[in-house]
Amino acid sequence: MTFLVPLPVVMPLLGAALTLMMAGKPRAQRTVSLTVLTATLLVSCALLYFSTTDGSLVVAVGGWEAPLGIVLIADQLAALMLVVSSAVTLCVLVYSIGQGMADGHEETPLSVYHPTYLVLTAGVTNAFLAGDLFNLYVGFEILLVASYVLLTIGGTENRIRAGSTYVVVSLLSSVIFLTAIGLIYAATGTLNLAQLVERLDALPDGLRLILQGMLLLAFGIKAAVFPLSSWLPDSYPTAPAPVTAVFAGLLTKVGVYAIIRTETLLFPGGRAAVVLLITGLLTMVIGILGAVAQSDIKRLLSFTLISHIGYLLFGVGLTTQLGLSSAIFYVVHHITIQTTLFLAAGLIEHRGGSTALDKLGGLAKLSPVLAVLFLVPALNLAGIPPFSGFIGKLGLVQAGVADGGVLAWMLVAGGILTSLLTLYAVARVWNLAFWRTPPTSMPSGRLPALMVAPTLALVVFGAALTFVAGPLFEVGDQAAASLQERTAYVQSVFGGENP
Amino acid sequence: MTPNLVYIVVIGVLFAAGVSMVLERSLTRVLMGMILLGNGVNLLILLGGKAGTPPIVGLGPDEEMADPLPQIMILTAIVITLGMTAFLLALAYRSWAVSGHDEVQDDVEDRRIMQLAERDEGSGTDDTDHTDVPAPAEVAPLPDREAAR
Repeated sequence: MTFLVPLPVVMPLLGAALTLMMAGKPRAQRTVSLTVLTATLLVSCALLYFSTTDGSLVVAVGGWEAPLGIVLIADQLAALMLVVSSAVTLCVLVYSIGQGMADGHEETPLSVYHPTYLVLTAGVTNAFLAGDLFNLYVGFEILLVASYVLLTIGGTENRIRAGSTYVVVSLLSSVIFLTAIGLIYAATGTLNLAQLVERLDALPDGLRLILQGMLLLAFGIKAAVFPLSSWLPDSYPTAPAPVTAVFAGLLTKVGVYAIIRTETLLFPGGRAAVVLLITGLLTMVIGILGAVAQSDIKRLLSFTLISHIGYLLFGVGLTTQLGLSSAIFYVVHHITIQTTLFLAAGLIEHRGGSTALDKLGGLAKLSPVLAVLFLVPALNLAGIPPFSGFIGKLGLVQAGVADGGVLAWMLVAGGILTSLLTLYAVARVWNLAFWRTPPTSMPSGRLPALMVAPTLALVVFGAALTFVAGPLFEVGDQAAASLQERTAYVQSVFGGENP
Repeated sequence: MTPNLVYIVVIGVLFAAGVSMVLERSLTRVLMGMILLGNGVNLLILLGGKAGTPPIVGLGPDEEMADPLPQIMILTAIVITLGMTAFLLALAYRSWAVSGHDEVQDDVEDRRIMQLAERDEGSGTDDTDHTDVPAPAEVAPLPDREAAR
């Protein structure tokens, strides 16, 4: 079954090439990208099934065996991330097609949009599957370059301004990551993750801490961890709604995934645990305080996005199996919910003509469908039972209580406070945009079905996470156990023999 | 290769110059800084490998071969830096075309909040009755840049 592993990377790249050749034929482009992303979703589901039943799938690209060649590894964590991310990208693609049709293609120069979007997908999947550090870097670069283009699409003054900040910050994080890679290679003579496991353990402690710190710094910028997060609210909200949605769902989570991967596999033993916990606490609380103060829905959602990255760091920083598995569950929940909310914000913009809370009002009466589409994921984000947000937070709180340290208790308290403040922030949006009498007369209009359908699908998917929470937690638990083991990962690459 | 002082100093200077250029406001200077930083990183990667004969089997004894991996990585990094340079140049040019300068500006929202703070006002967002809400103040334009045009 190993032939499936490279497909999630190869198919979108091929699709990007095809769609690029079809410039000016929007219908053909749409067909190709929909087909490619649907196939990617199916392959990802197959990978998740096989990696759960018969262990990790490993492919040496081009037949060059590890440790010299490039390996792609689909273990449970990678496969789970692939499934969620391809489901989300597919829904957002349908949404953007709907928006393009509704707006008469004014917003997006379509001939560039589809290829770039597919390249972005390829970068994300490549980062999830990468089995060595340099390939992870390449995956990051692919998705970043695509994201620069998508963020500045149209080249209006606002987007150029937001794009400048975003591009420079991302380039800096790439430079830091590359420096870390150079230092790691100089210290160990390899970049293959499985081989690094052994060679890093042999290094002196101080040197390992420097390398770990460099990697954490690079991934922290990408994951928008406080105090490295101030670029995000200034750059995301200006992009078109579908672009913002897919960025919010995926790009920061790729950073989080890289943090999880390196912290568990390369640097276990939790020397950075205290740092992760403290930054997690600050990210949670300061992020949500920023959200409470916003008067624009997209900016508010950007701040909730930053804030909930803190929960993920909380789970990783505990370095226990329960903490890790809760964090994995929470990643799945958060990708889905945050994307859904941004899509709903796009619908609000479409219906109300703006996302500024000063100008909105009375949407609940005007468009009950929209009200439901916003309210369900919003409550889910705040962690109201019985939604998946509550389950994920409950797991994290349990893990924190089980840890029992002072810092862990502080994080538990911070997590609960953040959850309440999230509820306050989304309730504020609800009151102002949906309930009060409109400040100005709202434009009349209808929501395009092609935009509502994918949003609804994601809302349902997010709500359904509650019903599959048991099996999902089990998968997360197995993934966390194998992450803590480390030997399984190394054996899957080297087939049990010592490198 | 064994690091010697010249290399270390060159890398240090490239990094220092690059960082100080990136801290500028103008996108063109940021781009220069990025190029310098990229070159510094490339030299750093080069130091990670072993020096020796060309890594082709048969040209010399196997033990004396240079390590080809850092060179491959540098090649990849150079290509990525090239693409990024092109993109940043385009971005700077576009920024100059739409706004007459290529300086990275503060965010509009941030400027608005700063102005509210200066005037000691709160945001009127949460007033549910709109009888006497002042319209949201227009953001003051940026300082004039006639010279840049």
